[in-house]
Amino acid sequence: MSSGEGSSQPSSKKSRQPKYSRFTQQELPACKPILTPGLVVTTFILVGVIFIPIGLLSLSASERVVEIVDRYDEDCIPSDQEKTAFIQSDKTNKTCVRSLTVPKKMQHPVYIYYQLDNFYQNHRRYVKSRSDKQLRNPENEDLTSPCEPEARIDNKPIVPCGLVAWSLFNDTYGFSVRGMNLSVNKKDIAWDSDKNYKFGSKVYPKNFQQGSLIGGGKLDEKIPLSEQEDLLVWMRTAALPSFRKLYGRIEQDLEANEKITVVIQNNYNAYAFGGKKKLVLSTTTWIGGKNNFLGLGYITIGGLCLFNATTFIVMYLIKPRPCGDPSYLSWNRNPPGN
Amino acid sequence: MARGRIRAKLRRSNLYTFACLRPTTQETEGPHQFQGPGYSRMVYCNQPHVHEKKPLRYRSNYISTTKYNIVTFLPKAIFEQFRRVANLYFLLAAILSLTPVAPFSAVSMIAPLAFVVGLSMAKEALEDWRRFMQDMKVNLRKTSVHKGDGVFGYRSWRKLRVGDIVKVEKDKFFPADILLLSSSYEDGICYVETMNLDGETNLKVKRALEATLAFDEDLSFKDFTATIRCEDPNPNLYTFVGNLEYDRQVYPLDPSQILLRDSKLRNTAYVYGVVIFTGHDSKVMQNATKSPSKRSKIEKQMDKIIYILFTLLVLISLISSIGFAIKVKYQLPNWWYLQAPDSQNFYNPLRPELSGTFHLVTALILYGYLIPISLYVSIEVVKVLQALFINKDINMYDEETGTPAQARTSNLNEELGQVDTILSDKTGTLTCNQMDFLKCSIAGTSYGKKASDVEVAAAKQMAMDLEGPDPELANVVTPKNHTTLPWETNGQELRASEIELEAVITSKDETDRKPAIKGFSFEDDHLMDGNWLKEPNTDFILLFFRILSLCHTAIPELNEETGTFTYEAESPDEGAFLVAAREFGFEFCKRTQSSVFVRERYPSFDKPVEREFKVLNLLDFTSKRKRMSVILRDENGHILLLCKGADSIIFDRLSKNGKMFIESTTKHLNEYGEVGLRTLALAYRKLDEAEYTAWNEEFCKAKTSIGGDREGMLERVSDMMERELILVGATAVEDKLQKGVPQCIDKLAQAGLKLWVLTGDKMETAINIGFACSLLRQGMKQICIAANADSLAQDPKKAVKDSISMQIANASQMIKLEKDPHAAFALIIDGKSLTYALEDDMKYQFLNLAVDCASVICCRVSPKQKALVTRLVKEGTGKTTLAIGDGANDVGMIQEADIGVGISGVEGMQAVMASDFSIAQFRFLERLLVIHGHWCYKRIAQMICYFFYKNIAFGLTLFYFEAFTGFSGQSVYDDWYMILFNVVLTSLPVISLGVFEQDVSSEVCLQFPALYQQGPKNLFFDWYRIFGWMGNGLYTSLIIFFLNVIIFYDQAFRAGGQTADMSAVGTTMFTCIIWAVNCQIALTMSHFTWIQHFLVWGSVVTWYVFLFIYGEMSPVFSGNAYKILVEALAPAPIYWSTTLIVTVACNLPYLTHIAFQRCFNPMDHHVIQEIKYYGKDVEDRHMWRRERSKARQKTKIGFTARVDARIRQLKGKLQKKYSTLGGRSTLASS
Repeated sequence: MSSGEGSSQPSSKKSRQPKYSRFTQQELPACKPILTPGLVVTTFILVGVIFIPIGLLSLSASERVVEIVDRYDEDCIPSDQEKTAFIQSDKTNKTCVRSLTVPKKMQHPVYIYYQLDNFYQNHRRYVKSRSDKQLRNPENEDLTSPCEPEARIDNKPIVPCGLVAWSLFNDTYGFSVRGMNLSVNKKDIAWDSDKNYKFGSKVYPKNFQQGSLIGGGKLDEKIPLSEQEDLLVWMRTAALPSFRKLYGRIEQDLEANEKITVVIQNNYNAYAFGGKKKLVLSTTTWIGGKNNFLGLGYITIGGLCLFNATTFIVMYLIKPRPCGDPSYLSWNRNPPGN
Repeated sequence: MARGRIRAKLRRSNLYTFACLRPTTQETEGPHQFQGPGYSRMVYCNQPHVHEKKPLRYRSNYISTTKYNIVTFLPKAIFEQFRRVANLYFLLAAILSLTPVAPFSAVSMIAPLAFVVGLSMAKEALEDWRRFMQDMKVNLRKTSVHKGDGVFGYRSWRKLRVGDIVKVEKDKFFPADILLLSSSYEDGICYVETMNLDGETNLKVKRALEATLAFDEDLSFKDFTATIRCEDPNPNLYTFVGNLEYDRQVYPLDPSQILLRDSKLRNTAYVYGVVIFTGHDSKVMQNATKSPSKRSKIEKQMDKIIYILFTLLVLISLISSIGFAIKVKYQLPNWWYLQAPDSQNFYNPLRPELSGTFHLVTALILYGYLIPISLYVSIEVVKVLQALFINKDINMYDEETGTPAQARTSNLNEELGQVDTILSDKTGTLTCNQMDFLKCSIAGTSYGKKASDVEVAAAKQMAMDLEGPDPELANVVTPKNHTTLPWETNGQELRASEIELEAVITSKDETDRKPAIKGFSFEDDHLMDGNWLKEPNTDFILLFFRILSLCHTAIPELNEETGTFTYEAESPDEGAFLVAAREFGFEFCKRTQSSVFVRERYPSFDKPVEREFKVLNLLDFTSKRKRMSVILRDENGHILLLCKGADSIIFDRLSKNGKMFIESTTKHLNEYGEVGLRTLALAYRKLDEAEYTAWNEEFCKAKTSIGGDREGMLERVSDMMERELILVGATAVEDKLQKGVPQCIDKLAQAGLKLWVLTGDKMETAINIGFACSLLRQGMKQICIAANADSLAQDPKKAVKDSISMQIANASQMIKLEKDPHAAFALIIDGKSLTYALEDDMKYQFLNLAVDCASVICCRVSPKQKALVTRLVKEGTGKTTLAIGDGANDVGMIQEADIGVGISGVEGMQAVMASDFSIAQFRFLERLLVIHGHWCYKRIAQMICYFFYKNIAFGLTLFYFEAFTGFSGQSVYDDWYMILFNVVLTSLPVISLGVFEQDVSSEVCLQFPALYQQGPKNLFFDWYRIFGWMGNGLYTSLIIFFLNVIIFYDQAFRAGGQTADMSAVGTTMFTCIIWAVNCQIALTMSHFTWIQHFLVWGSVVTWYVFLFIYGEMSPVFSGNAYKILVEALAPAPIYWSTTLIVTVACNLPYLTHIAFQRCFNPMDHHVIQEIKYYGKDVEDRHMWRRERSKARQKTKIGFTARVDARIRQLKGKLQKKYSTLGGRSTLASS
């Protein structure tokens, strides 16, 4: 190199020396946990010991739930008629009376659900077909572009637009016990956030279910969307093709072996797609509705961990390996040359 | 430059009998006859303007090694980026995301891609910018150019044109390929150092044409014109054909007039020359190959995984679209709430195949999460950070040159952990190209005290072994040796410390020695300070010193400031001799045309006397003769012939009474040779007047003879005189190794690496260095393959080839038949043989032999052969190769190898510029490989495995969900969750794994070199492991999806009776994924600094924070996720308990696996971690030490192997002694 560069070197010498820091030298203090046999066994036992009680608790909570499920779609339709034609007709009488028996005492509140099976509320075409902006603000009622094909009618925006709203579930249930009507509380069945923020209190249904094709339920044009709780519940699309949605609450206890008479207006067309309709009455506990799986799952995992711990202990007793025993190093296990 | 120095003006050709003598006429050689293609270049000397127009416009002297320029950067770099299949896929997906088939919004596809590609391109740009700056540094160097009218001025290299007259000064590089016109010496000779080109260290003599000798000052170029017609640019360094047309005469030109770019002018004040080839036309640049873009093995394997994932992606997309088509055809008509068909045929029951096709596109985009888009960018980030750690490593910083290590490309960090074979250059890499006079043997007595390192270490090791765990016992066994052990004085200390090589590093004791003299490390008071006069055989010692100070071709330079002389010698050995002579009191101070003047501190040491010796003849050194002699007349009129040369040559020429010391000298020479010292034997002969005169006549006749056989004649005549010599002694010069080289080689060998030395030097030198580096040792069987077939055969080429083939076959046979497990073989092959051995039909035979040998040394190899050998090793063994070198001659091999390492901090940047990593010293290689390589390999391997795991775990849940949505392409997660998954929520932990993970600390890495083998064996990235991780991903996805779906099936999920909608299920599921993958990475890591904790647990926290903030934003943005955490999920115990059970269930198998594996089938690093964890290394030092020594790979090379061999030898002797003793005692007792 030329001498010119040589002379410039000493000055740059100092700056090129890496500065010492524990970070750059990769010497930061570190904890280096090691899975010692003790730790392994402790971990497994600990998980087992924690999980099994949780499982038992969950299971007992689930067992406390009383649930009545009644499938009515088949029975609520005259067997001699063509089902789809029957349900679509305006003229037929769709009232249907069912009788349910309370198996165990149901403490209030008793939640009323309708359950649909084989209904793809999670279908992409369906899920996308709504306009959240329109639902929230009356000024946005023209924002219907995602709502095809239920966006407009005669070039007037439909409020609420889209397939979700259009296919609103519209069976109704009336309950009575020993001839006394049970009042159904339909307030507060939707999430507060839906009522207060997502659905506008000044947005009123418009041009809804006016087209040639009628989907599901109709809406009272005088009530703002935020108060149409059935719609709000419906518009929370379900994750699976089989789902329950909250219909209302019965705010009184139901005694065991009581007979409940249910008057159903069987309006909703689940027959076309071979779906089932069920009415569900259920109490809840802290884990929600009846859900044995969670408890069983916890018990299984906990059990597995205990099993692991046992296996580990047994194996360790048969073939103990002191920690850090150098004879397990590869060069001691397979001496070179063999 | 030469300020304060005085130099004698000499006709140097007087000193050279062989090389530089020129016949007085030129009649024998006419101008070259050539025409046609390949010889079209015309150069008009001193008329550079002529070359500004076509067809004579040649390339400028500007060089560029960059990949891009400003214009080509964007298209080229983008093209490079999209050559990665994954990126191409994401580009397609991004384009398609603009159409309505996309399941996500366009931004969520385009933004990550732009980020990823942008980042990679920025990195490319930065690296190319660095290359550009390097180029500019070279391009802006200044050189002196004739500017017209005899005026010379400085101009930058890049502005140099063909035809320019340049003046190059001493120790400067030639800026282009130049025709030598004249030099500061009257006879137009100059010395050139070509180390950068071919790695040879001795200076080469170039000579100008007689016709141009007159142009030796600036003014003479005022009206100079000439024309050169010569060959076109080509990469051949050793040929040149051309004619110079000057003054209406044509002179032939040959390579000895050509000064090549990047070689350096030495020992000559200045030269004038004409630029012939510039810039990329110059031979050295023609030799340069485009630097190939290298990819590490892991990355190549990663590509295969990506292909597997692509296959999986296409497969599940096909399943999904077929499922969709079936649903569309048979079920969609019944699903009145969907109002099918739609106008765009996406859901048309009448044309299910069309809808299915559209859906295929949707699915391909949807499942894109299987292919981690952020993988490349994460790896890039990790590698840059790893490279930063390499650059910042204070232990790889060289104080002397002030250069830190530098990872020039970060692509290959992990490859450093998988190296199998190292191919190393010698000069400048292993050695410093400095000779130190170390020992000598005079009249049968060896002087120079320094004990051989091997001896010391062997003895020490034996003491350790004998000592064992019980020092009492050891003392019983060892006292016998006590008196003789040289380490006895500090034995106690040694016992406490460890048998580390550091104990014998020469540099350590250098510090407490008096200021080191360059070229002189001799230590023996018997000879120093005039004490030699008290020794026996003073006559011989005097002669010895005189030979040192007289028998050479160097010239002294007085440094006026210090009053000392420095010597300009042709080879560093000669310089070392002169320095030694000076230190002994024989200071060579002046050379005139006919005499040499020496200031001798003899007969009295205090009063130097200047004596004149008339040089009568000088018979110089050639590689064929292997000796040089000088005939001179001393002040008393005696004629003496002083000779130095290779011992074998000299010994053959001794007279009967000259063999007095031959036995002891031979013994000394063997000792010296074994420790890798370069030896020469010195001899003399007294001549009487008549004999000399007769001979001189013959000699003069030969000297002035005309014709090709002049050299042969000279040789024969010289040979006649160099007989009947009397042996004086021998010298041992150390070709000084760079600091720490033997130790480093030892460690590398212990780590299981193979080392090949490829050098341009001659075989003897290479073998010496082999010994010095412990690549060769006593008792090793050396297989020398050399081309030595007789040229009389009909087809000499074939004969040579056959002979080499035979030699290889024989050697292979010999190795096969060898029974002794300790036997080691060394292969030494020269460049000429290599030419044949590298031919296609023989190369694998050669490779097999080489692989069986413990060490391989290739000498006299050309740069191209270096590259070829590298390629052979790389392709033949399929293992990772690393090439390390410092000069331009190593560029080929550096580029060819999987990893190229350049030695920085020395002159010449070519090697560094071509390299992937640059370090200042060879010894840093150990740290680079054993620590950084090991870590980087494990980090990257674990990181990639984990990456695939997490993306499979996430991506497959999308697929399962699809099956529950009628294959419609709906995702259960919010778009934002999905974007954040790869970019924020899981990327930082994995980066922290890739940057900070350490299985064992750096000291342990060094202490247990065997751990390195985990890389070359690829224990952490084999298919078994990769599929294991993929299986784990599959399992995790199944657990996460199905547990969530079953738990949130249809019933209320909280006490308020609400059922879970899609966003609740999706969010819970996503929470589970975040927990599961982050716990998984925590289980994977074995080294937690606060950074890892922060990033891993921080990611989990970030998720909740994000969810909270996202939920608080207006529902316009957050949609169904509005208030999801606060309102719906957080109050529900089931949300938390689901998270817990899913996380535990996901990690349980892995935890079980690692727990059982570690406990019952631990790997080396597990055990070492435990030893460290329990502090057993401190408790039981003996065990720790024992394991450390066992952890070395059984090697046959390196210092340790050598010590072992020595111990075996000593033990064998001891045993013999004991058995005879035992025999005697039994006799006595009976």
